[in-house]
Amino acid sequence: MHFLKLEWKQFFRSSHWQKGIAIKIVMAFFALYFIVVFLGIGVGGYFILKKQFPEQDPLQIVNSYLLYALLGDLIFRYLMQKLPVMNIKPMLILPIKKSKLVHYVLVKSSVSFFNILGLFFYIPFAVVLIIEGYNISGALGWLFAIILMIQSANFLNFLINKNTIALGVISVVLASLIGLQNFGIYDVTALGGQVFDAVYTNPIYSLIGVVVLAVLYNLNFKQLKNLVYLDEAVSQKVVAVKSADLSFANKLGDVAPFIKNDIRLIWRNKRTKTVFLMSFLFLFYGLIFFTQETYKEIPAMLMFASLFITGGFALNYGQFIPAWDSAHYKMLMSQSFRYRKFLESKWILMVVMTSFLYVLSFPYLYFGVDIFLMITAGAIFNIGFNSLFLLFAGSFNRKKIDLNKSGFGNTQGTSATQFLIILPLMVLPMLLFWLFNEFVGANSGYIVVAAIGVISLLCKKYAMNFIEKKYRENKYIMINAFGKEA
Amino acid sequence: MITIDTISKKYGKAEVLNVAKIEIPKGQSFGLVGNNGAGKTTLFNILLDLIRPTTGLITNNNIVVSQSEDWKNFTGSFIDESFLIGYLTAEEYFQFIGDLRGMNVAEVSAYIGEFEDFFNDEIIGKKKYLRDLSKGNQKKAGIVAALMGNPEVVVLDEPFANLDPTTQIRLKQIIKNLTENKEVTVLVSSHDLTHVTEVCERIVVLDKGTVVKDIQRSEETLKELELYFSV
Repeated sequence: MHFLKLEWKQFFRSSHWQKGIAIKIVMAFFALYFIVVFLGIGVGGYFILKKQFPEQDPLQIVNSYLLYALLGDLIFRYLMQKLPVMNIKPMLILPIKKSKLVHYVLVKSSVSFFNILGLFFYIPFAVVLIIEGYNISGALGWLFAIILMIQSANFLNFLINKNTIALGVISVVLASLIGLQNFGIYDVTALGGQVFDAVYTNPIYSLIGVVVLAVLYNLNFKQLKNLVYLDEAVSQKVVAVKSADLSFANKLGDVAPFIKNDIRLIWRNKRTKTVFLMSFLFLFYGLIFFTQETYKEIPAMLMFASLFITGGFALNYGQFIPAWDSAHYKMLMSQSFRYRKFLESKWILMVVMTSFLYVLSFPYLYFGVDIFLMITAGAIFNIGFNSLFLLFAGSFNRKKIDLNKSGFGNTQGTSATQFLIILPLMVLPMLLFWLFNEFVGANSGYIVVAAIGVISLLCKKYAMNFIEKKYRENKYIMINAFGKEA
Repeated sequence: MITIDTISKKYGKAEVLNVAKIEIPKGQSFGLVGNNGAGKTTLFNILLDLIRPTTGLITNNNIVVSQSEDWKNFTGSFIDESFLIGYLTAEEYFQFIGDLRGMNVAEVSAYIGEFEDFFNDEIIGKKKYLRDLSKGNQKKAGIVAALMGNPEVVVLDEPFANLDPTTQIRLKQIIKNLTENKEVTVLVSSHDLTHVTEVCERIVVLDKGTVVKDIQRSEETLKELELYFSV
């Protein structure tokens, strides 16, 4: 009971809820979207399969692939899921039985996101089965078996957790199953299908799942109970330092200490590392747009893609300047250096990365000179205008970022600023491009977008003076805001 | 060296600090004591221009801290762990601060070498990021960084907290050496009356934001302070 109360508080007092109304709405929208999509697949899945393979039973098709789903799920869990064991640290010294704490951790893990996501597909699918006249007890037994299977995967994952050999074994099994199937040596799909078909015809078989789950749970319980010590399971992992020689940056003079710092910042923190690696994924953004006929009619959308191809880093990193340094912002402000150097370092980083991504985008020449000109114009715009504008927008950032938190899907530091800046960053060049391309024609669209970039670059000195002044004016507000827990 | 002139700080209606006037001459070792919420850290933050006072101003070597930033060149400070950059190693952090203070690589390593005893083999060459060090070791790194580049003013908030006994004794020696020639002004706050009375020649007691005692250290100082706080 106490535990439930704590969970409740943890959930509603988490930083996800202490956000601006705009972000709440956007996040709710996304959550809703995903739920609808999954429900749609679950409900519609039956009918789609029926339509595509009229001569086969949809249930049997699903059954035959369940084995792969299970193994894939295990690998996914292995990479992403961790036992929420740190939660019990404050309770270790309270008069609560250790076994109770361990049960709490394990039970908590069984309602995790990983276990629930799949149900959005399986439950509606089972409901459709019943409506379509399948045997009720069979469909329910089948669903029950699947839930047990998901739960078993959950606990199996913790048993093999972070054991590379186990991951290897699962990967090899999965690969060889697919191999056996593909080369027609053995019909694995049929075998998997038969197992789950049997559960449907004889729901009593699903009770085997109960036994498996109970055994796995017990093994977990025994293992974890022996590890509830601060130097065992309940410990934070300390990563050994990886130092790289950054002395090449010394050539940059005054800015060098900040550049070195920024490189380390990016490389040694999860979230910044994600941003860095994601910027290379953005390179492929064009493939979605340039390969589709529909977008060829709307050049403004192609401009949008072109901006993203080279701007991945500048946009994702730049929008949170200077919040990346929020943890030690006070210290920076008590040191003697020109604020300009700090900003200049961020600017150089964005420009260098954008140029680098531009060089990597050369293969887009394959799609023709027009596309490539567009990417070039976008790159110039990103370098000239966007990098300066992002620095300016940064002076409105008031949200702290905790670098120790993980990177993926982390919205910490996000505020209305991040939404507003999209307008000048993306919409403005698209609009200009569209206007000139549509009404002036020839290559004027490219020229205008690139020209804004060049002009901004020429005005950099003045822009930087202005930006520096903005940061100085906002100094106390930022120190205060960054000092608050996010 | 430092003049605190009618400084007050209000958050809404609550006044957390109200100091009429404190003059700290050059070379003085100045101690600030008071219970939690007395306003010690707020005062230091205002001195470092990290918080704006509601009224009044502080001058550091005739520079009004909120108007010019030139005081930063001769002022070293360590307030709390947020002054460290968590993802750097201690060496990288010292080099970063050294760069800002105009020291080259050789000067920084020579400087770090002087603190070998103080670090007690727990800071340098550990292959650990500052965020993974213990509180005490983080504090050691922060204090040493604050003393980089021969500052004329050193501000340390609660420097003795979290330190092991040996390091406490060594730190006291370091502070004494600093003020020996009356060249460096040191401002220290602490909850530990023994330590403050030992290193500081002048002690100011804050209570709920106001100065209640301003005493030059004598034989009786420790007793006087203990008596005051034992109410």
